[in-house]
Amino acid sequence: MWTSEMTLMMWVGVKETLIMTLLSTIFGYLLGLPMGIALAVTDAGGIRPNVVVYKILDVIANIVRSIPFLILLMLLMPVTRVIVGKSYGTAATVVPLTIAAAPFIGRMIESSINEVDRGVIEAAQSMGASTMTIIIRVMLVEARTSILVGVTIALGTILGYSAMAGIVGGGGLGDIAMRYGYYRYEADIMIVAVVLLVVLVQIFQTLGMRMSVKLDRRKR
Amino acid sequence: MAGMIEVHNLSKTFATKDADVEALQDINLSIQEGDIYGIIGMSGAGKSTLVRCLNFLERPTAGTVEIEGKDLSTLSEKELRAKRAEIAMIFQHFNLLMQKNVIDNICFPLLYGGVGKKDGGRRGTLSKKDARKRAEELLEIVGMTEKKEAYPSQLSGGQKQRVAIARALAANPKILLCDEATSALDPQTTQSILQLLKQINKEYGITIVIITHEMSVVREICSHVAIIGEGHLVEQGKVADIFSHPKTKEAKELIVKGRGEERRTLESHQKDLMKGKCCIRIVFSVNSSFEPVIANMVLRFGQPINILRADTKNVEGIARGEMILSLPDDVQMQKDMKAYLTERGLAVEEVDGYVD
Repeated sequence: MWTSEMTLMMWVGVKETLIMTLLSTIFGYLLGLPMGIALAVTDAGGIRPNVVVYKILDVIANIVRSIPFLILLMLLMPVTRVIVGKSYGTAATVVPLTIAAAPFIGRMIESSINEVDRGVIEAAQSMGASTMTIIIRVMLVEARTSILVGVTIALGTILGYSAMAGIVGGGGLGDIAMRYGYYRYEADIMIVAVVLLVVLVQIFQTLGMRMSVKLDRRKR
Repeated sequence: MAGMIEVHNLSKTFATKDADVEALQDINLSIQEGDIYGIIGMSGAGKSTLVRCLNFLERPTAGTVEIEGKDLSTLSEKELRAKRAEIAMIFQHFNLLMQKNVIDNICFPLLYGGVGKKDGGRRGTLSKKDARKRAEELLEIVGMTEKKEAYPSQLSGGQKQRVAIARALAANPKILLCDEATSALDPQTTQSILQLLKQINKEYGITIVIITHEMSVVREICSHVAIIGEGHLVEQGKVADIFSHPKTKEAKELIVKGRGEERRTLESHQKDLMKGKCCIRIVFSVNSSFEPVIANMVLRFGQPINILRADTKNVEGIARGEMILSLPDDVQMQKDMKAYLTERGLAVEEVDGYVD
């Protein structure tokens, strides 16, 4: 039987999932954006080639990205406890989610920037623009559409990761689906939770793509 | 006198995996203020690398580049950026910001370039409003006022290059470098862009360096030309001189290719006629056009001359006549005729070597 308590539980689940996903994405970009910029700029073909910096960031990104999220979640528990104060719950899930998302976001930013026409960057250099100006006023502006597509992908991926947070009592729809569907064989509740997850991803995807197309000035 | 741009013994080597590639070797150039200087060469000759050495987008491996007597290699990063603002550049593919409209593109160097307001914290004098005002003036100069709110993707190639020229002029440069600026444009648009460059050179006294592989571009607007072949400077001088007396193989090839561009190559039967014959190319300059030289020569020697081709060309706004003549077989007669023509101030040159 579907009760009003279940509806409430689902509502809380949606809220927790949204909080985890959005916070992790924001923190993920706070770390990943500078990382991606640094990767693109210090690359051998970048505007400030620096083998050492590039190699260090490259290795970090590869290491973090190759650890399965569930393992990372466990590994980071002590760190999470220091930052959040406890190693379980919704807020605690944001820490490993952010750490897992940052290198992934960094890679996406790097590839978005690398897509920017080399000639436009050269034109800015020929005007005497500084490296910082080129990053902010040329690279990020010209890569805007591609970066927004990346945000959409990141939101979807992080939302998927957040479902795993149920393992540490992280809350959210994934937690509900796991507890009721896996441990208590209540398939109907699991199905509702999964459908809600699908709907959330759809909404993010649609909004993100719409925005990136709307902000693109290359066609019209 | 020291020129606006002085290049001494410049060499550029690119290190690749397999071997070092010498893109430029021992280039010496002297470009005077107000010149329109053409640098021409086949593709891969190194001309694009050379023009990038002039504003240090590429650092030369050896040699110096002096702009108004200032050696660029002695400048700090910041000074170099300020200097670059005086050396504007336009490109084959325009290189406009695709996500910004026309007016914002033109404002870019004013706000963010080496002389801009926000230059790594250094505050200039130009406000956003003043920059817009200046940009609108520039749009008028290039005739694009009605497109100021358009985005580059809505413009044609010629219109994009006009915007790029306006952007280049924004910071009041002393030098304008054009890297194959007309190579992506059709002939009519090329003409209009070249006229615009000419006008800019005249009105603002901006020294223009034009990189191209099209002889027609050089002939149309350049006062001086340097010919680059395989990383070496093979010939340089006034356009008119190089056209009438090309010394090197490269120069001759480019001049011939320039004719090809106009689809005025010799017909194949004419080539057959030239085989085994002594043929010469003569060039009339202004003063030699008054006397009926060829007719007088035929009367004097009593020998028929076969005119294979006659043509006039517009070199730097002056009409120059050019003819290809097939001379009689008698070697002594050939010598006498050439001497006769040379005496009358014509440039004479044997051509059978490269027409084939």
